[in-house]
Amino acid sequence: MATSAAAKAGQTGKRIEVSIKKAIGPGDDKVHTWPHLVRAEFICALLVLFGMIVWALMLDAPLEEPANTSRTPNPSKAPWYFLGLQEMLVFFDPWHAGVVLPSFIIIGLMVIPYIDINPKGNGYYCFRDRKWELLTFIFGFHILWVSLIIIGTLLRGPGWNWFWPWEKWDPHRVEALTSVNLPYLLGLRDYFWSAVFGGVLVVIFFVVGTIAMYGWVVWLKGEEFMERWGMTRFFITSFLFLNMVAVLIKMLMRHMFNIKYVMETPWINI
Amino acid sequence: MSWWTDVKQQITESPVWQSIFRHGYDDTPRNRILMVSGNVWLHLHPSKVRRHATRMRFTWCMGGITFLMFLITVVTGVYLMFYYRPVAQYAYADMKYLEFDMPFGMLMRNMHRWAAHGMVIAVWLHMFRVFLTGSYKPPREFNWVVGVILLVLTLLLSFTGYLLPWDQLAIWAVTVGSNMGRATPLLGHEGPFAEFVGVNALYDVRAFLFGGGEVGPHTLLRFYILHCVFIPLVTSLFLAVHFWRIRRDGFSGPAL
Repeated sequence: MATSAAAKAGQTGKRIEVSIKKAIGPGDDKVHTWPHLVRAEFICALLVLFGMIVWALMLDAPLEEPANTSRTPNPSKAPWYFLGLQEMLVFFDPWHAGVVLPSFIIIGLMVIPYIDINPKGNGYYCFRDRKWELLTFIFGFHILWVSLIIIGTLLRGPGWNWFWPWEKWDPHRVEALTSVNLPYLLGLRDYFWSAVFGGVLVVIFFVVGTIAMYGWVVWLKGEEFMERWGMTRFFITSFLFLNMVAVLIKMLMRHMFNIKYVMETPWINI
Repeated sequence: MSWWTDVKQQITESPVWQSIFRHGYDDTPRNRILMVSGNVWLHLHPSKVRRHATRMRFTWCMGGITFLMFLITVVTGVYLMFYYRPVAQYAYADMKYLEFDMPFGMLMRNMHRWAAHGMVIAVWLHMFRVFLTGSYKPPREFNWVVGVILLVLTLLLSFTGYLLPWDQLAIWAVTVGSNMGRATPLLGHEGPFAEFVGVNALYDVRAFLFGGGEVGPHTLLRFYILHCVFIPLVTSLFLAVHFWRIRRDGFSGPAL
């Protein structure tokens, strides 16, 4: 059409009239940012700002006595957003709870877009298309992270002992420290063999866990999916996932069976 | 009212006015686009967005609220900086001074504190929303990574600010919170394998952060500079990247 019109125009020397195809239908559901988006943002900002001012007028920021390095408060708590990590110190040594696990959390969050190859659920709310992704995230974020923060903030008192909200924070409360290591509980008394047993147990957890997860993914999604997913993505996912599960297992072991360490060596304990 | 129309016309047609405002306020499609593309702040947005992306029930407005919290802390933080000296012998007294003597001092301090907490909560909810809508999926993978970096920076901003009031809450929270530094394998003096590396209380990663073996006046100055200058600058850079990427990739949404 256009070429013939141009050829005709070239012959007659008149202006070319080519109708522009308007973008209609599903290809164009766009609206102007001004006013549609800017208006919503402005109203939202006003409301939040108003709320912040009311909050700041009603509630004063805390200011305690001057800093004194020779008087340690009991309990000493980190800022609330780190109390999940501090609560994990109950279950793991500081190098694990404070360094390794936070690193895994940050790295684990960063790799999410690269290990999730499900093309569905991009840009809309849908549970059915992304059931396992959503369940994992909700478990890690809401169940583990947020509940640990709530426990660390509200339920931990002097000596990092467990106090229900209706109990008085008694710094002299006697808590029997009855926790034992798993090898000891199972009857092992020799230091060396306890360490070997614990180490083997940790290795078995990861090996069996990886194999189980492989089987689970194949059963759930099929061989074809596993091939597309690839071994690199699978191993990264299963390693991070097993570490998250390990936190839960260690928590349950500690709370239900009073088990302190699974593995104890002179250098690292898990 | 004709005199008013005349005055208005004289003002809006004067060369001074026209050098500042390049287009009118008419509600025309062209003007709507110019409103966004001709404005340095608003052009963080594209001039047209898909309809669903303007709805609160899709975005929760959480990214915007996080940024608003950041702006509140910047404005109130600058105000607080006028009255606060990061020196151990003055810092606490300056807090009292700020609370009781400075006009709006208490309000500014409260807003700074609560907005900092609000920013942590908002950034978590923003991350949760982005996960729920799968908005990290191609082509936005890298922007999610930038977002995680911003999440860490938010926590660091809040944490470094925690020390500055220089009260009991501040130094002990920071002491506990930074114990992870001293427990780092190989780098911290209480971490595994410390004796093999030769780090000690005065020579490890935490001492580097603190400027000494424990929280002290040197730490206060370090955290002040980290809190007021270094981390805000880094955060601003990553914010620019984050916004720019959204601008380039567009808002996520269901396939048409």
